[in-house]
Amino acid sequence: MFEKLSYLQLQEYWWFLIALLASLFVFMNFVQGGQTLLWQVAKNEDEKDLVVNVLGQKWELSFTTLVMFGGALFAAFPLFYATSFGGAYYVWMAILFCFIIQAVAYEYRKKPDNFFGEKTYETFLFINGSLGIILIGAALGTLFSGGNFVINSMHLSHWTKSSYGLEALLNPFNVAFGFMLFFLARIQAALYFINSIDNENIVNRAKAVLKYESPVFLILFAYVAFYIFSTTGYSYDPATKAVSKEAFKYLHNLTAMPLVAVTLGLGVLLLLAGIIAGLKLSSKGVWFSGIGTILVVIALFLILGYNHTAYYPSLANMQSSLTIENSSGSRYTLIAMSYVSLMVPFVLAYIIWAWRAMNSKKATIAEIKSNPHHY
Amino acid sequence: MHIDPSVTDWSRAQFALTALYHWIFVPLTLGLTFIVAIMETIYVKTGDEWWKKTTKFWMGLLAINFAIGVATGIIMEFEFGTNWSNYSWIVGDIFGAPLAIEGIMAFFMESTFFAVMFFGWDKVSKRAHLISTWLVAIGSNLSALWILVANAWMQHPVGMRFNPDTARNEMVNFWDLLFNPNAYTKFLHTISSGYVLAALFVISVSSYYLLKKRDIQFAKRSIIVAASFGLIISLFNLTTGDDSARQNALNQPMKLAAMEGLYNGKSRAPIVAFGILNPKKSYDNNESEFLFHIDVPDGLSLLGFHSFDAYVPGIKQLVLGDKEHNIESAASKMAKGKEAVAALKAYKEAKAKGDKAAMQTALEKFNANAKYLGYGYIKKPADLVPNVPITFYAFHTMVTFGFWFIVLFIAVLYFSMINELEKKRWLLKAALWSLPFGYIAQEAGWIVAEVGRQPWAIQDMLPVGMATSNIASSPVMVTFWLFAILFTALLIAEVKIMTKQIAIGPKEA
Ligand code: HDD
Ligand code: HEM
Ligand code: HEM
Repeated sequence: MFEKLSYLQLQEYWWFLIALLASLFVFMNFVQGGQTLLWQVAKNEDEKDLVVNVLGQKWELSFTTLVMFGGALFAAFPLFYATSFGGAYYVWMAILFCFIIQAVAYEYRKKPDNFFGEKTYETFLFINGSLGIILIGAALGTLFSGGNFVINSMHLSHWTKSSYGLEALLNPFNVAFGFMLFFLARIQAALYFINSIDNENIVNRAKAVLKYESPVFLILFAYVAFYIFSTTGYSYDPATKAVSKEAFKYLHNLTAMPLVAVTLGLGVLLLLAGIIAGLKLSSKGVWFSGIGTILVVIALFLILGYNHTAYYPSLANMQSSLTIENSSGSRYTLIAMSYVSLMVPFVLAYIIWAWRAMNSKKATIAEIKSNPHHY
Repeated sequence: MHIDPSVTDWSRAQFALTALYHWIFVPLTLGLTFIVAIMETIYVKTGDEWWKKTTKFWMGLLAINFAIGVATGIIMEFEFGTNWSNYSWIVGDIFGAPLAIEGIMAFFMESTFFAVMFFGWDKVSKRAHLISTWLVAIGSNLSALWILVANAWMQHPVGMRFNPDTARNEMVNFWDLLFNPNAYTKFLHTISSGYVLAALFVISVSSYYLLKKRDIQFAKRSIIVAASFGLIISLFNLTTGDDSARQNALNQPMKLAAMEGLYNGKSRAPIVAFGILNPKKSYDNNESEFLFHIDVPDGLSLLGFHSFDAYVPGIKQLVLGDKEHNIESAASKMAKGKEAVAALKAYKEAKAKGDKAAMQTALEKFNANAKYLGYGYIKKPADLVPNVPITFYAFHTMVTFGFWFIVLFIAVLYFSMINELEKKRWLLKAALWSLPFGYIAQEAGWIVAEVGRQPWAIQDMLPVGMATSNIASSPVMVTFWLFAILFTALLIAEVKIMTKQIAIGPKEA
């Protein structure tokens, strides 16, 4: 069946899957957001244990989504994998360090004789939730603002700045993007706590987070949206593949693809609805905002990659910019991988089954204490 | 494109460091997930609460190991991009696929059901829980399958074609990749070695309890499960190890020669049971190969080719060539490789000018030598020889321990059966102290596989020097040390937590 699609359609299909994975990852970032809220919503050891355990049941899923995002990029857009990871070396490595320390923190935090002590593991969780997310946001921001790379005629790439990606942090847009994700993650976490914790103190503190931080998020979001829709993007000529600048490129993409515009609008509305529902302590809030987040991220990725747009502009040499056409795997590989992608619905189905089984009742301190296996 | 050789060295060091760390934890996960699943099955079948407690105890240890396995794993995947960026482009079209499939097929299964297995005892039915535990075991082993399909492809590349327009290798047959014979021996040998380690782990921990005269019942029953499982598996491990050597004989003769310190090819080649290499020996001098050695006659011919009088080429023949046995010299391959490189360049230039005729001539010239492209980037013939001492000693260490484990499992099983194990304190001590050997054999096996394939990142296709990212060496140096410090610190934490949990014991589980 996939053999019937054109090469470009396959590339678009795979870009859509990348968008989907990215959106699921951003949704799952509530785990990271929750890690930074630990001190704010939990005021004693029991409360802290409760919060850590409620998050801990989900950290692996969020982690695996990141791993999968990387794997899918590698298989479908290997030139991005080579160019960005191998060039913006310091940024990606810093992100990875932030995730390495997360992976041990839950399991080791409370164990006797754990070498670093409980506080250190909690700090690991905080670093992962703050620095890790802000850096990921900044790295995603460079998809709009560009990177300093050059690709030669053999398709081998190199970075032109010896700061290897760290220079991205000097760009206010990238930084704002990072902080936007950070606050989004915290808001989502607050909504998740309201959804899955049965403890009045924690829930009320989560509500306070919503109340004070939603406006911060919305301001950052407005700035990011304004920047994206007013900025000059790179487009390419479908016939010659030559890249050129185009004012209001992303805005044009939005008007050229009304369905994407609707997705974006709907996403924003659901996100707002989720926050409002959360302020009323409805446990549905996280679902509204979660679906909203997913829709917004998908829409942003589609305006980034579709409609003859360079999704990774090169600031060093415009013609090196990456597009879904010039950076993808071969037609054969995309077809083979498309068959593999038919597994996605099954995977989503068992994830949903497991989620419902595990979250069927709200968690309480008593329940956590009664389970000998807890974080 | 100029690549600084020290970047290659630092990248190799970093990859070796992170892979060796990852591999401390993975084999135990591979095996222990199965042992835990078997124990839980017994619990569900018999309804005996004692087995539930036992299952939970080993599961607790598994979780400690698993967390750090995941922590060290994420970096492996991204390092292909960060440190082997040219590699990612040149072979990513083939190599990326199994990695992505691993994610979708294995990692999600593992991580989703891990949460159910761990926290879901009271939340899902007994049956659903048991199925979850099995799915964790299956998931972790599927992840091994796909990563090893990827690795086997590096050892024996199949199912692809070099596309001069994109300047990369592209997949032309997915099934060749999946049914690569190398992948199967690799998969079977690796997972069975993981099971051996897990069996050893259970026996070693249980022996500790018996030596301390505590948790006797628990320890004895665990030992019976582990030793029977371990004995069967270690015999299987031996057979698959033999298959691995056969694969080397067919596809990577240089690696095989290095494993055995075989400088001069021979028929009826012996295998070295024990040996000390002569450090002065090189393929182009007449020093003797060993300072001291004990041989098994005809062993290598038998191991590699399953025939007593098969000819096994040595390092010298593989470098200098050997007309009699139809072995092409390195110099000749390199010359053809240089032609391929030049033709590719001419093709690119002609294409840029739009000169169709010149493109055609260049392409024909390229295709004639395409097979040797990788050799065009080799500087001198001696570079084709991997580090012989490392490969040789690592191989012999692994094999020696492989035989020792078989003996150990037989002894432990025998004395368990006649119910005298508790009295044999020497055996319990041997079992306790054999655990490190398991880890050493594991690491040694990978060192054979990976150091033995140098200088190739992809056998005969892509030398490591061409595979690196085009960055300065200082960032890689920085991250190398950061990894060394962080992973060592985490390892210390893991070992401390693990020993503490073992000391606390199953009573509290
Ligand atoms: C407990 C661990 C363990 C034990 C006891 C053995 N092995 Fe092993 N061996 C491994 C663990 C391992 C491994 C870590 O799993 C490797 C690394 C790469 C691979 O495919 O498996 C490996 C690789 C490996 C290779 C290289 C494969 C390649 O180049 O791709 C060979 C030839 C053997 N083994 C042969 C043996 C033989 C003849 C053994 C005799 C008993 C043996 N191994 C025991
Ligand atoms: C160099 C190549 C390798 C890469 C890129 C790699 C990648 C990874 C990644 C990303 C994870 C974390 C997965 C998660 O999110 O749950 C992981 C864990 C794991 N890997 Fe690897 N890995 C490599 C080598 C291996 C090998 C050779 C095996 C088995 C033969 C293996 C088996 C596993 C298993 C079973 C886990 C689960 C957790 C654990 O380690 O205990 N890996 N690996
Ligand atoms: C987890 C078990 C593994 C261990 C312990 C291991 C060990 C090593 C070592 C010691 C090196 C350095 C060799 C040298 O430079 O002399 C190396 C290099 C490398 N290995 Fe592995 N390896 C493992 C699994 C894998 C797998 C599964 C893959 C691929 C899927 C892989 C891909 C590579 C690559 C790309 C390099 C760097 C380039 C090269 O030296 O060829 N390794 N590994």
